[in-house]
Amino acid sequence: MSFDYILSVLKPMLEGAQVTILLFLIAIVISIPFGFLLTLASRSNIRMISWMAQGYIYIMRGTPLLLQLLFICFGLPMLPVVGEYLVLDRFVAACLGFILNYAAYFAEIFRGGLLSIDKGQYEASQVLGMNRWQTLTRIIIPQMFRVALPAVANESVTLVKDTALLYAVAVPELLHFAQTAVNRDFTILPFFLAAIIYLLMTLILSLFFKFLERRFKFE
Amino acid sequence: MSIITVSNLKKSYGDLEVLKGINFNVDKNDVVAIIGPSGSGKSTMLRSLIHLEEINDGTISIDGQELVKNGVYAKAHDLKQITSKMGMVFQHFNLFPHLTVKENLEIAPKMAKKEAIKVIQQRSEELLHKVGLTSWAKSYPAKLSGGQKQRVAIARALMMDPEILLFDEPTSALDPELTGEVLQVMKDLAQEKMTMIVVTHEMGFAKEVATKAIFMDNGEIVESGEPGALFTNPQFDRTKAFLQRSLSS
Repeated sequence: MSFDYILSVLKPMLEGAQVTILLFLIAIVISIPFGFLLTLASRSNIRMISWMAQGYIYIMRGTPLLLQLLFICFGLPMLPVVGEYLVLDRFVAACLGFILNYAAYFAEIFRGGLLSIDKGQYEASQVLGMNRWQTLTRIIIPQMFRVALPAVANESVTLVKDTALLYAVAVPELLHFAQTAVNRDFTILPFFLAAIIYLLMTLILSLFFKFLERRFKFE
Repeated sequence: MSIITVSNLKKSYGDLEVLKGINFNVDKNDVVAIIGPSGSGKSTMLRSLIHLEEINDGTISIDGQELVKNGVYAKAHDLKQITSKMGMVFQHFNLFPHLTVKENLEIAPKMAKKEAIKVIQQRSEELLHKVGLTSWAKSYPAKLSGGQKQRVAIARALMMDPEILLFDEPTSALDPELTGEVLQVMKDLAQEKMTMIVVTHEMGFAKEVATKAIFMDNGEIVESGEPGALFTNPQFDRTKAFLQRSLSS
């Protein structure tokens, strides 16, 4: 097993890892704020909005992500009339699937964070003359974010690993290139290399969240 | 000249009537102690004054302006302006845990944007000095004892320059040895002629500092008056029974 061989398999796998990282970044940057909007919508006083948000969260959390990805990639184009306009680029479709799915999970995490905030925080804000927007942005969201941080970290690590589901919709990413090399060269080494790359990515992510938790300890 | 007038205040939760037509006045510079058994409606009554509770009927005037008249509330903008004349100190402090002591004091005045930041910072330094917590300015509330937290909460309420301070059992969540430091700050405020309404179980404070005591039971004011008289010579059996219980314990 030569060093040159390892390098030759690593090169496409690292290119694949770039797709993985790109998908991760797009998904996390959009699904976190989208998830928070879902949290607010699910707590809305307008019943219709609250029901729609809760129904959405129920469906997205209650069905497999893989099913959702297959539906967006292969199911949407089969819809009558509108189908032909819904043929998306595979990578775009995958991003969409991850965003829609993860937003539902983040919405639940943030809901838990909001529930943990004592009503005294709202009352203190009110008697100090702060309006609802100021209370939300300056008092509630920072505390909610802090409470939700460990769960967000956990979910983010899961997201890194879930990117391997791209394999099923034939977007070439890290796992795809590992599997190709395994089949072609009849060696399991690429699987180990893939595992190491995933571990490195989740390690960096975990360290980043540990840093955030320390930074926002409020002690 | 009354700074607060409350008449016929009624409040129910469903069928349960918790305030059954409360009437009282508070004069400027008064320190009013509200005493009574738990569940008597003291806290609900106090919270109604600053619109943390909605009342069902009655009139509340603050400094000549009607917060609510015969059960109908003023417009949102007026409500905010009227309640801004009051500050509130809670039993559980309700400090903002993600902000330092100094930030806790400064956030609301900064949001209100009525004054220059320098003026706000100068006042927060003065008030922290007043409550004896200058060296804790950069600490987070988690590092403070209960007594220190409550002193920060008082300073935070004072930042908004209220004409009236409301205290909802300010020492009930504290270890006994920490109540003294909070009561001392309140005594200092009384000496500076701050108008205060204090729901309390501290009979000593009520006797010593209050200019007026109100005894509530079962959603009504049973009797009220000068604390010395009320404590030594209560007119009603309910008052006597309560005082005997709380003074003996």
